[in-house]
Amino acid sequence: MFESLSEGLQSAFKSLRGKGKLTEGNMREGLQAVEQAMLEADVSYPVVQDFMQHVTEQALGRRVLLSLRPHEELVRIIYDELVKVLGPVDSSLHLKKDGVTVIMLCGLQGSGKTTTCGKLSQLLLEEKVRPLLVAADLQRPAAIDQLHVIGEKLGVPVYSDRDQKDPVKVCQAGLAKAKQEDARVVILDTAGRLAIDEELMAELGRIDRKIGPDQVYLVVDGMTGQDAVNSAGAFNKALELDGVVMTKLDGDARGGALLSVKQVTGVPIKFIGTGEHFDALEPFRPEGMASRILEMGDIVAAAREAHRIVDEAEREELEKKMAAGEMTLDDFKNLLEKVAKPGLMGKMMGLMPGMGQLKGLMQSEEAEGGIRQTIGAINSMTAAERRNPKIIDASRRQRIAQGAGVQAPVISQLVKQFEMMKPLMQGLAGQGVGDRMAMMRQLQSSGALTDPSMGGLKVKKSTGKRLSNAERAKLKKEREKELRRRRRKGG
Amino acid sequence: MAFWRSDKAKREEAGTNEKAGTGEKAGAGEKAGAGGEAGFLARLRRGLEKTNRVLNTDVRDLFKGEGRLVDEELLGELFSRLVTTDMGAAPARRIRDRIAKDYRGRVVQMEDVLGSIRDEIREMLRQDSGGVAWAAEGPTVVLVVGVNGSGKTTSIAKLARRFHAQGKRVVLGAGDTFRAAAVEQLTVWAGRIGCEIVTGKPEADPASVAFATAKKAAEEGFDVAVIDTAGRLQTQTHLMQQLEKIRRVIGKSIEGAPHEVLLVLDATAGQNAISQARGFSEVAGCTGIVLAKLDGSAKGGVVIPIREQFGLPVKFVGLGEGLDDLAEFDAESFSEALFR
Repeated sequence: MFESLSEGLQSAFKSLRGKGKLTEGNMREGLQAVEQAMLEADVSYPVVQDFMQHVTEQALGRRVLLSLRPHEELVRIIYDELVKVLGPVDSSLHLKKDGVTVIMLCGLQGSGKTTTCGKLSQLLLEEKVRPLLVAADLQRPAAIDQLHVIGEKLGVPVYSDRDQKDPVKVCQAGLAKAKQEDARVVILDTAGRLAIDEELMAELGRIDRKIGPDQVYLVVDGMTGQDAVNSAGAFNKALELDGVVMTKLDGDARGGALLSVKQVTGVPIKFIGTGEHFDALEPFRPEGMASRILEMGDIVAAAREAHRIVDEAEREELEKKMAAGEMTLDDFKNLLEKVAKPGLMGKMMGLMPGMGQLKGLMQSEEAEGGIRQTIGAINSMTAAERRNPKIIDASRRQRIAQGAGVQAPVISQLVKQFEMMKPLMQGLAGQGVGDRMAMMRQLQSSGALTDPSMGGLKVKKSTGKRLSNAERAKLKKEREKELRRRRRKGG
Repeated sequence: MAFWRSDKAKREEAGTNEKAGTGEKAGAGEKAGAGGEAGFLARLRRGLEKTNRVLNTDVRDLFKGEGRLVDEELLGELFSRLVTTDMGAAPARRIRDRIAKDYRGRVVQMEDVLGSIRDEIREMLRQDSGGVAWAAEGPTVVLVVGVNGSGKTTSIAKLARRFHAQGKRVVLGAGDTFRAAAVEQLTVWAGRIGCEIVTGKPEADPASVAFATAKKAAEEGFDVAVIDTAGRLQTQTHLMQQLEKIRRVIGKSIEGAPHEVLLVLDATAGQNAISQARGFSEVAGCTGIVLAKLDGSAKGGVVIPIREQFGLPVKFVGLGEGLDDLAEFDAESFSEALFR
């Protein structure tokens, strides 16, 4: 998400960094690149202009031009401005202490309202609140069925009335049923519409007035382009919005519409949808999003994701083992199995500071295949071997390799790798967050993490021949040429 | 919004003209009031200004009463109009720079400039025919792909209605076995249109549904089979591989099928549509685009860079929620609507 924006900004900053001294002239050049990047990310033009005006005013101030690290100063200005535009944060659903809280979802056709209904229900269920879903989308054929299927999957009651043609009446009846059944939350799934359709917008306004929902959320497709200002504006005019949910941000959509919608409606962005499954709804955090845009990584989100997959007790135990240097291949395997879920590696990497570039690498099939291979190899070992890999000799190695269907050197590489990792892990487990970060950076720069299959589980290759001075010079020249070409392309 | 925009642009244009007008009036007042030396200087300055304006004006524009000088302000406005169509910042910049070069220092009407850009886009998007490439003999298989919520199922219903109205025997394949109730949705449409439909069990392998549909079309002499697929993001590798498989098995049941692979794009989509076109073309070999939801305020200008980069033609446009709201793409009216 936001990748293109990040890339564009990165190259803009790179070009700024290259300059020894910043002048107003080359700062403007950099700012222009920032503007281009935002437009390519689908931020609406008026919003871009507004944003750039704020940033430019500050960037051309004395403070930036005279500071020792002007480009860092510029990054900070943009970061602060992004946080300001995207914030303030409020991902609470504001449930009433007693009585029924009514949440109404509206949005354009295909923005993901019904799916978001399911995701919100899941969120509420996790907090031990059972919502009632109301199928108020009477436009799309089978919308009612879709909601029923979702309700069934989640074990959430769904109210619908196939004979009723008036969505207001359906909502009223749904609300009455909720009171009857003591449901604390009612979620209204309204029909999708086109922003310019006055009649349908009026109908939405009628539901709003007659039912008086406590929270009205606008659901916006993360791939929306320049039109986001128009449609969000129309919804904002027809209804009193309380929040925005942006969906489909798990692909490579740049999500710039988020800025547009925020600017137009002025209501908080509540959640972002990052996947097809019901638990893929994250509370929105402007700092995290701004960091992601600027490729500064989002440690908080990474930590939360990590907590979600490894449970607390398990984690503590593992940490203790790691600190004591007692981690076995079994523990290692458990860890791998948890991260081997499809797509997860890439997601985590995308959240880590400075690891954005690794993301593509980690998402590849090959990387996940590598992990599976490693797991397979460990599975082929006896319990004793897993506890103490040192006992693995040539014949044991041969047996394990055959069992896992790999070549023998892969096994020795794995063992070597694991022995190398142990002290590193020990160091990681014993230190504070700052030290850990430093360690990660060190790891990254050493290249230990750049290999997707957890670090060189590969058969040894030849070291190649020595290059003559002339050859080396030629290679250097080519590299520089390539770099220049990229810089031109990027700038 | 689009209408509002053009109104606003007009108002602004009128505003600048007005300003110019009041400026002249003030100048006239000064002339009448001051007289003497100051009057002479003022006259001289005015004279020079006039010469200056004449010198800066292209001969071709000398006799135009109104219009605006091509300056930064006009270029900025032009850029905004271009970007708002979703054609992307880079193409918009390219066009703006070219206009700046060609018209620098001239007085023009914004509408004339847009008109020439419009002509160019129309030429670029022009194509031989919008319709479907029918199979020489046997049933024509149309596979429909796209991201979640782009409007695939509705577009399929509209296509089926269209073919049905043309007197063709149509069979639908409910290949979206993932989304809850997608099969039901298509079944409802099939019932309304009066065509046949092949469905699988929920969460069945979509490739098996596609295969069964193509097979039924071949065996029972249908003219056209339209096959639905589940929405997927182009970055979901495993789902894209599934699409490749669907394509492959269709080819196994009918030689040369699918004859058309239509990518459904949401007209409100921004630059991500380029990535969609790339991803789906690589895997499914798209032959054309259905631009859905073009009846809103979105312009769908992203099909311009898509045509440029991948040569993918737009075949149909979706213009409403009704079954008949599907039209063959027409470069003329599309480019006409871009800057309206």
